Amino acid sequence: MDITKLTIKEARTLLDTKQISAVELTTIYIGRIKNLDNKIDAYLSVSEDSALEQAKVAQGLIDNGKSTMLCGIPLSIKDNICIEGTKTTCASKMLEDFVAPYTATSVNKLHADNAVILGKTNLDEFAMGGSTENSAFKQTKNPFDLTRVPGGSSGGSAASVAASLALGSLGSDTGGSVRQPASFCGVVGMKPTYGLVSRYGLVAFASSFDQIGPIAKTVEDCAILLDSICGHDPRDGTSLKYKSDSSYASSVSGNIKGFKIGLPREYLSEGLNSEVRASLYKSIDTLEKLGAKVEEFSMPSLKHAIPAYYLISSAEASSNLSRFDGVKYGYRADNCKSYQELIGRSRGEGFGREVKRRILLGTYALASGYYDAYYNKALKLRTLISEGFEEAFTKYDVVLHPTTPETAFKLGQNTDDPLTMYLADIYTVAVNIAGLPSISLPCGYDLNGLPIGLSFTGKPLGEREIFRAAATFEADFADKFRFPAI
Amino acid sequence: MKYIPTIGLEIHCELSTKSKIFCDCPVGFGGEPNTRCCPVCTGMPGTLPVLNETAVQYTVKAGLALNCEINEFSKLDRKNYFYPDLPKAYQISQFNLPICINGGLKINTSEGEKFISIERIHLEEDAGKLTHDGFDKFSLADYNRCGVPLIEIVTRPDLSSSEEAKDFVEKVRLMILYSGVSDCRMEEGSLRADVNVSVRPYGTDQLGTRTEMKNINSIKAIVRAIDSEIQRQSVLLDEGKRIIQETRRWDDNKGESKSLRSKEDAHDYRYFPDPDLVPVTFSKEEIEALREMLPELPNKRFEKYTTVYGLSEADANLLLSSVSLSDFFESTTDECGNPKAATNFIIGEVLRRLNDSNLSSDLIPFSGNVLGRLIKMIENEEVTANNAKKVLAEMFDSGKEPEFIVSENGYKVINDINEVENTVKEILSKNEKAVSEFIEGKEKAFGFLMGQCSRALAGRGNPKVIQEILRSELNKCKGDL
Repeated sequence: MDITKLTIKEARTLLDTKQISAVELTTIYIGRIKNLDNKIDAYLSVSEDSALEQAKVAQGLIDNGKSTMLCGIPLSIKDNICIEGTKTTCASKMLEDFVAPYTATSVNKLHADNAVILGKTNLDEFAMGGSTENSAFKQTKNPFDLTRVPGGSSGGSAASVAASLALGSLGSDTGGSVRQPASFCGVVGMKPTYGLVSRYGLVAFASSFDQIGPIAKTVEDCAILLDSICGHDPRDGTSLKYKSDSSYASSVSGNIKGFKIGLPREYLSEGLNSEVRASLYKSIDTLEKLGAKVEEFSMPSLKHAIPAYYLISSAEASSNLSRFDGVKYGYRADNCKSYQELIGRSRGEGFGREVKRRILLGTYALASGYYDAYYNKALKLRTLISEGFEEAFTKYDVVLHPTTPETAFKLGQNTDDPLTMYLADIYTVAVNIAGLPSISLPCGYDLNGLPIGLSFTGKPLGEREIFRAAATFEADFADKFRFPAI
Repeated sequence: MKYIPTIGLEIHCELSTKSKIFCDCPVGFGGEPNTRCCPVCTGMPGTLPVLNETAVQYTVKAGLALNCEINEFSKLDRKNYFYPDLPKAYQISQFNLPICINGGLKINTSEGEKFISIERIHLEEDAGKLTHDGFDKFSLADYNRCGVPLIEIVTRPDLSSSEEAKDFVEKVRLMILYSGVSDCRMEEGSLRADVNVSVRPYGTDQLGTRTEMKNINSIKAIVRAIDSEIQRQSVLLDEGKRIIQETRRWDDNKGESKSLRSKEDAHDYRYFPDPDLVPVTFSKEEIEALREMLPELPNKRFEKYTTVYGLSEADANLLLSSVSLSDFFESTTDECGNPKAATNFIIGEVLRRLNDSNLSSDLIPFSGNVLGRLIKMIENEEVTANNAKKVLAEMFDSGKEPEFIVSENGYKVINDINEVENTVKEILSKNEKAVSEFIEGKEKAFGFLMGQCSRALAGRGNPKVIQEILRSELNKCKGDL
């Protein structure tokens, strides 16, 4: 068994045919984390004891013939998703010692399916960033090149999967935070339709964009994870009352003959790296060879996606992060003489630069006198972008685009240039603005051997179509798929 | 007075839902601090609010009771500000699309009826409580009240005196009580008001600069705060000084207010729609269904009591002063069919007993229809009015049924002519002196004999029957002479 190539699907077979026990499998992953994570720094905390305990329980079920898809499968969880009794730091000094008093619904669903939770992965502080460099604790490296970023904000999750330090992971995607690191790390990352997965227990960044999504080595593995975590949650008022007729895992079979795929012209302009562009056109050839019809179309509203995204997400974040005031939990500054000083210094000392930048931006956007000029205008752009996609989906089954304009950049390269950093999200944020499902998977490698990501975006609740398109493409690409050497 | 006051009120009223507005925690008063809270209402990272449908329905009911229009589309907004009793550092409230708008009700003033407009009623969450007393270097926070559903009733500046404000708050309180959406216990803080006051000289139209006093929690304090503020502003104007637009804190013990913060220090709450909650929508049918569910409101009952039942306004108001008393009166009347007798019995006997034992009307140990049966027994001459009072006393003490008490104590009126005749004859034979006095024309002797007969019949004799037989027997004695 080559652990670096193992998928959830294959591990399931190994477990169910007793070629390996759940405890053995978990022990292997714990061992890899101990040996290799000092190079990658994907994890912020590892729960060895509880993981082995969960593995034992899972093995009991397997022995009794009661195994389910995720029974005994070792996974990692982004450290902005709460698990009762364990630290949930959001990679912030503010929550360095915060122990969650409850468990997120998505994790509860994984527990119910007897998955094994190995630990919590690194991220940009409060999921704000695209390189995981904004973590207060660690710098996660890209398993394909340890001098490069893994992407972000779910950089730890993507790196943990790429480096085979977990079979799959849950990340969160507010503007591309699952898909972009998946793309940088050469794995598959998926953002579900807004409301398909409960947000309860995900520490909020931008509530109207945030979605928890799976990261895994294959499209099918992502679908298996989504099958476990999706579904209506009475604890989340924005959770959809939608029940799919069949599993998402079952939607990966089939073909894309006659599929109509739209390619927004706005995503092909300057800024798109030539190697990424070349890889995109090669992928289009593949898709047409597989029977799909790919066509360019124009969606002018897409050029407003970045400003709309940063205004709305920062506005929501400024309010969501107000609760970190040093009063009830989290970091509290010492020796404060007044309540004002307590809030001011606790927040000043507890938050990192990028988080403060967004809080300032968001506070400004919501201030009376500026509200109409910024926040309200951004909401109007949001409507325009949603309508643009609606129109596109009258013509196309899925929309295709590169996940990022460039491949993984060097550590420290963009840390002093927030604007360049923001533009790395240029192709991913529109999907969150419109609440659509989208999946990124590897479609090639640049001259440095760095993975290039391709994204399929679907209409609301169009998960099946994007899984099918992605899986069909993936099957053709499988023999070119590369695993990082660590 | 040289000045005309203009007064507006914001009345905050806690809804009596079983659970809080955004989580399952129970709504209650008192108890150990931080025992009625959970990750959601303490604003733990990652938690989400889920709107309590009952709280929304209660808001609609309150709006309908106060003659408001119900918005078919409304939304919840975040009001952002830092305060240690507000764990999320924002209050979920309603900004520009409240559930209820454009209502109001009539009050009584010295110059007759006056309509006071309600601009809006919106739904929001309450905050926690801080304790500063007794600690030197810290304060304590109790989050039990966090997330208790609250409605805020905002009037237009239509009130002109503290008396009008008092009548308005009392009427609103009664409407809310009857609609069953809040217990309006001011002493527990479940009804409190912010008061806005300005004054302007007679003969001018331009409103004066207003001040606001927050969180006043009794009707008496509201009256005092308004009178004091009118006085304060009038003195300032008399002295040629300016009124500063500001928020003031009313200290009811000292009977004075102090400046809290001026307009310049006012918060920018940065309201925006809460992305965690979907908009609240109602169809016309749903609104009508809620209107159907409203019980009979006090203004309707007042109308009925004074016109149909012919009660005095004072009696009607007394009966309407609490929902349980009014409901009790309704079922008493339904049973006995005699609203006046019911009123007399309730106001004369029931209320007296409640007052004596310091009980509120929701603690009457029997229901209105049971009292109705007792009244019917008096009317059917099955028990005398005097004995009925004794029966009532025992109903209070033991909670037994009136029929049982009557038969147990032998209070049943004796309508058997023979028995009464025999008793009368016996009494006459024992009281020859009185009989002869009567024959001599002393009418007083008749009263004495009447009393003797009643006593001999242990109070159970029907006085009319005794009187009739006594007179005819005495007449016989006269004739015998």
